[in-house]
Amino acid sequence: MIRTFRAARRERRAAPPGNGRRIRLDSVTPPLYRRRVQDMISARGLIKRYGDHTAVDGIDINVPKGQAFGFLGPNGAGKSTTMRMIGCVSPPTAGELRILGMDAATDGARIRARLGVVPQDDTLDTELNLLENLVIYARYFGIRYKVARERARELLDFVQLSDRAESKVEDLSGGMRRRLTIARSLINEPELVMLDEPTTGLDPQARHLVWERLFRLKQRGVTLVLTTHYMDEAEQLCDRLVVMDGGRIAAEGTPRQLIEAHVTREVVELRFNTEDHGTIAEKLDGTAQRVEVLPDRVLLYTDDGESTVAEVHGRGLQPASVLERRATLEDVFLRLTGRTLVD
Amino acid sequence: MTVMTTLAIRQKGLRPGAMVERNYAVHKHGWLVILTGLLESLFYLFSLGVGVGALVKQIELPDGRMVDYAVFVAPAMLASAAMNAAVAETTFNVFGKLKWMKLYDGVLATPMRPRDVAAGEISWALIRGGIYSTAFLVVMAGLGLTETWWSLLALPGSVLVGLAFSGIGLLATTYFRNWPDFDWMMAFIFVMFLFSGSFAPIENYPEPLQWIVHASPLYHGIELLRACTLGELSPWMLVHAAYLVAVAAVCLAFASRRLSRVLYK
Ligand SMILES: Nc1ncnc2c1ncn2[C@@H]1O[C@H](COP(=O)(O)OP(=O)(O)OP(=O)(O)O)[C@@H](O)[C@H]1O
Ligand SMILES: [Mg+2]
Repeated sequence: MIRTFRAARRERRAAPPGNGRRIRLDSVTPPLYRRRVQDMISARGLIKRYGDHTAVDGIDINVPKGQAFGFLGPNGAGKSTTMRMIGCVSPPTAGELRILGMDAATDGARIRARLGVVPQDDTLDTELNLLENLVIYARYFGIRYKVARERARELLDFVQLSDRAESKVEDLSGGMRRRLTIARSLINEPELVMLDEPTTGLDPQARHLVWERLFRLKQRGVTLVLTTHYMDEAEQLCDRLVVMDGGRIAAEGTPRQLIEAHVTREVVELRFNTEDHGTIAEKLDGTAQRVEVLPDRVLLYTDDGESTVAEVHGRGLQPASVLERRATLEDVFLRLTGRTLVD
Repeated sequence: MTVMTTLAIRQKGLRPGAMVERNYAVHKHGWLVILTGLLESLFYLFSLGVGVGALVKQIELPDGRMVDYAVFVAPAMLASAAMNAAVAETTFNVFGKLKWMKLYDGVLATPMRPRDVAAGEISWALIRGGIYSTAFLVVMAGLGLTETWWSLLALPGSVLVGLAFSGIGLLATTYFRNWPDFDWMMAFIFVMFLFSGSFAPIENYPEPLQWIVHASPLYHGIELLRACTLGELSPWMLVHAAYLVAVAAVCLAFASRRLSRVLYK
C-alpha cells in the first residue's frame, strides 16, 4: 500500500530464506486461494446482547473484496457494536461471523493482524508523541522497528501531520487526532479497514482530505467498511449501504437503489407562515405520492416536482417558500428510521 | 505483503515485548521518576536498620546465631522494595491505562491478546523491580549489610517476589472499580508488610498468627531473600521460591481471563 519501493524490497529480503517462494506462500497462508472467491466479511444471524438489551438483533452481511460498505443508522442502532464484533474485540452472543475467511470466534488475533481499525472513540496513546504512537502500534503487529519507522513517517505524511510528529497527542485538535487514528489504522497495510464515524468532528477541509485518502485506499483494492451520520459521505464513498435501526437491518442496497426503492425521485419542501400544518396536510392530499408534515415544513414526495408545485398553487395554497430538489439518501434515512408519515 | 506481515507475526512469538517497548518509550525520557518508589524502601532501611538497630543491636535467629539488627531487617526491606515496585506498576499504572487512558482498547485491536498485555505489563513491572532491587542490593552491600556472596542470589530472588506481586496486583486491578479501592489495597499491603516477619522472626508470633503469615507471599519472599543475604542456604528456599512462582502462575492465568472479560465487551 503506502510504502516506498525500497522498503518493500528490504522487507522481502528480510524474509527468512526458504525453498522457493511459491511453496512457502502456500504453506503460510492456505486460505490464500480461497480468499479471492470468499467475502471479506460474512455474517449470519449475528446477535449481540448486553444483559437483556439486544444491541444487534440478528443481522446478515456480506462484504465482497474491494467494496466500500457503509452502515447508516440512528444513535444506538448497533453500528459500533457490529463494527467491534467484526474487529474481533467483541465476541458475538450468537450467530456466525467470518472475516477474511476465518472464524472471528477462534482466529481473532490472526484476523486482527490483517485489519485496520478506526474506532468511534480515539484510543490513541496519550503518553506518546505522534510518531511514537504509530511506531509502537506497528510493534504490536510485530512489524520490525525500521519498517515501522518508515511507515510511520509515510503515514504522517499521508494525513498531513508530519510537522507535528513530535507533538504530544493531547496537544492535537480533535480533527488531527482523528487523522492520526486513521493513519494508525493503516500501519499494518490492512486488506480491510473498519472506520467508525471517521469524519465526525472534522472541518470541511479535513473531511475532504479523509475522503480523498479513503478513495485512494479503495482504488488500491482495500476493502472499506464505515459508519457515518453524513449522508453525503455515504453517497460519495459507499458502493453499498445498509440502514440499521434497533439492531436490525432496515434496508440494503446501493445509494441509488435505496433512493429508488424507498423515496421518490424528487422532493418539494414547502414552508407556511401562519396556518396550522395539520389542516394544510388535508388540503395537500393527493398532490404528491406522499405528504410528510414536519413541525417547520411540509415535504411532498413526487416524481415530478414541477407539476406538484403547480398543483399546490392550483389549489390556492400560498406557501412562504417552495424548494424543489432531488431526493437524497437523507430522505431515505429519515423515512426508514422514523418520522411521522402521512401517506 | 500481508503474507509478510503474517509471517513476521508468527515468527515473533514475543508479543508481550511490544508492551514493554511501549512502556519504555514512555519512560525513556524520565527514568528518575520511576525510581522514587525506591526511596521509600531505602528510608525504611535507614530508619529501622540504623535507628532501631541502635536500640536492639543484635537479634537471635531461630538457629541461635546472633546477627546485627540491620543485617536482619535489610533483606525484608529488599523484598518490600521489590513488592512495592511490582504493585505500583501493576495496580496504579495499569488501572490508569485500563480505565482512564483506555490504552488497551487500542492495543487489543491489533494481534495482541489480553494475555499478551498481561505478560507484557508484568514483564515491565519486573524490569522496574529489577532496577529497584539491584540499586537496593548495592546500597546494602555498601553499608556492609550483606554477609556473603550468596547475597547475589537475592537478586533473582527479588525478581520472584516481583513476579508474585505483579500477578497479584494485576489480578486485583481487574476488579478495581475506582480509586478508593486502592486505599483498601494499600492498607492490606501495609498490614502484610508489618506481619510477614519483616521486623522479627515469626517464631515470636502466636501460633495461629504464624499459620496466617505462612500464606503471605511477602513472608516467603522475605525468608528467601534473608536466607540469601545471611548465607543460610537450605532446602526451604526452594519451597519459598515455589510458593512465589505458584502464586504468580495462578494470578497471571486469572488476570488474563479477567482482562478478557473486562476488555472484550
Ligand atoms: N458495552 C456496552 N454495554 C452495554 N450496552 C452497550 C454497550 N455498548 C453498546 N451498548 C448498547 O448497545 C446499543 C447499540 O450501541 P452502538 O454503540 O452499537 O450504537 P451506534 O449505532 O454505534 O450508535 P451511535 O450512532 O450513537 O454511535 C445501545 O443501546 C448501547 O447502549
Ligand atoms: Mg457508534
